[in-house]
Amino acid sequence: MRRLVLYVAGQTPKSLAAISNLRRICEESLPGQYEVEVIDLKQNPRLAKEHSIVAIPTLVRELPVPIRKIIGDLSDKEQVLVNLKLDME
Amino acid sequence: MTSQLGIGKSPTGIQGFDELTLGGLPTGRPSLVCGSAGCGKTLFASTFLINGVRDHGEPGVFVTFEERPEDIVSNVASLGFELDKLIEEEKIAMEHIAVDPSEVAEIGDYDLEGLFLRLELAIDTVGAKRVVLDTIESLFSAFSNPAILRAEIRRLFDWLKERGLTTVITAERGDGALTRQGLEEYVSDCVILLDHRVENQISTRRLRIVKYRGTAHGTNEYPFLIDTDGFSVLPVSALGLMHQVHEERIASGVPDLDAMMAGGGFFRGSSILVSGVAGAGKSSLSAHFAAAACARGERAMYFSFEEAADQAVRNMRSLGLDLGRWRDADLLRFMATRPTFYSLEMHLAVILREVMRFEPSVVVLDPISAFTESGDRLEVQSMLLRIVDFLKNRGITGIFTHLAHSQNEATTDAGLSSLMDGWVLMLNREVNGEFNRELYLLKARGMAHSNQVREFRMSDRGISLLPPHLGEGGALTGTARRAEEARLRRAEVERKTELRRLQQQIEQRRRRARAQIEALEAELQAEEIALQALVESESAHERQRLADADALARSRGTGGFADLLTNKGE
Repeated sequence: MRRLVLYVAGQTPKSLAAISNLRRICEESLPGQYEVEVIDLKQNPRLAKEHSIVAIPTLVRELPVPIRKIIGDLSDKEQVLVNLKLDME
Repeated sequence: MTSQLGIGKSPTGIQGFDELTLGGLPTGRPSLVCGSAGCGKTLFASTFLINGVRDHGEPGVFVTFEERPEDIVSNVASLGFELDKLIEEEKIAMEHIAVDPSEVAEIGDYDLEGLFLRLELAIDTVGAKRVVLDTIESLFSAFSNPAILRAEIRRLFDWLKERGLTTVITAERGDGALTRQGLEEYVSDCVILLDHRVENQISTRRLRIVKYRGTAHGTNEYPFLIDTDGFSVLPVSALGLMHQVHEERIASGVPDLDAMMAGGGFFRGSSILVSGVAGAGKSSLSAHFAAAACARGERAMYFSFEEAADQAVRNMRSLGLDLGRWRDADLLRFMATRPTFYSLEMHLAVILREVMRFEPSVVVLDPISAFTESGDRLEVQSMLLRIVDFLKNRGITGIFTHLAHSQNEATTDAGLSSLMDGWVLMLNREVNGEFNRELYLLKARGMAHSNQVREFRMSDRGISLLPPHLGEGGALTGTARRAEEARLRRAEVERKTELRRLQQQIEQRRRRARAQIEALEAELQAEEIALQALVESESAHERQRLADADALARSRGTGGFADLLTNKGE
């Protein structure tokens, strides 16, 4: 199972951009490969400590291990894909 | 905590620092503490936080970017801080912000809202008034976009200020700048620099307040200490000549010495220099001073730079001085350190701190000459000046011993003589093949004192000063004195014998004269007796003659007897 978690904080332009960028990348390049969850840390700040989130937005590839983190609004699709595919196969 | 007009100050509880800054760090504002690795930044910050909780009821948040929280807890535990307990009681929150650059890729624009959220949560959990960010610059190695970081750090500082949090931000010192990332430009209120220098293989920690907006503060470098008691800063320069003057005299423990001064001793709170060559008895005299204080029920402190405490106690026992008793009663405290153990500044700092803690009435520094070998002359002088001022300010009597290399020289390496109120010069002179200890009161400000060199005798009954023998040949000591005294005793005996002889002679003469008088008197008497006999025989003769004439006349039968007698008699 492959799982991505995107941590945002409220409805900031960066957060909104990251959410839409991630959706687009998954739909266009990785259809059906990832389960995506978006967590708003403003609603639940405890999770920031739990998952060691400092920068916003942060995309975490929780599975497969090892955990990888991408921070930023994910505006560069190619780079996002490269990083998501790292350590795989 | 707005205690004064202008900016409020939050006490750090760091000994000396709050005095230096007239209250502590600016309340509700960020302060930057910078310095190189290992100079005590984290300790400063944690002391600030823990004392805030303990002494001022201000909970705090410790944000660590480098060390793990467990490490910080165990680090400060060695200084007696129970950080884990405070965390458990929710008085302090630990927030570990760890970012491993290897597992993070940066794609596009981002901010550090996550840090803000975590900080906010921690602050709200404990109701924090104080925050520590240790060391926020680590973020620069975790994230590659410095522009974003700078903007975010500035935003963070503003955010902390807005919320009225008293914050300590630690930063590593950079080349030619206070911090590597130029954080000082974001913190405009208070910047403190910690330094750790090594000179002549001796390291000294120093603290300097680079900037403190809106308040007066000392600008010098102040030494600070990190030891088992935590972090303490020593504002050693904030001293002046405003000390109280005492009229009271104090006993030196050597009554003979006190007797050399009109009034019977040195004034309380004076500084007394005891100088002399090796083995002249400087330490012994100082120990007597200390013991005398203890005997009065006061406290005394003995800083020894050559002898270990036990050794000093043992040595003094041979003089019949039981220092161990006072030490056990905690009236006497020994601090034995080698001069090379600390730098001068640090020695000064330690001395002042220990004196402040123990509050003795007599302080002995034995010997101060130990410093002149390890430091620059001027520095030593300024250090001793500070000690003298400090002790005087507190009305503490200071005894400073000084090892002189030359017998005749009445000077000290550190040019201290003018600082001192009293100067006891101790000599150990060789005369005719023997060394004799001598003591001279070279100076005693504000009192008449003896000008004599006294012989200084140490025995198992303590120290005694013998009055010198003042003969025609000057003041004599030792065997010379004893020889002279013996000679005089002999001369005295001879003189007395002579007198007795003369007395007897006169007596004899008198007796002889008296005998002569008696003989003459006897002769006179004899002559008188002879004369009387003569007179008697003459009158008998006359009577006889008359009788004879009468008889004759009667026989002739002529004339009256009476007429005859009358005619013959005329």
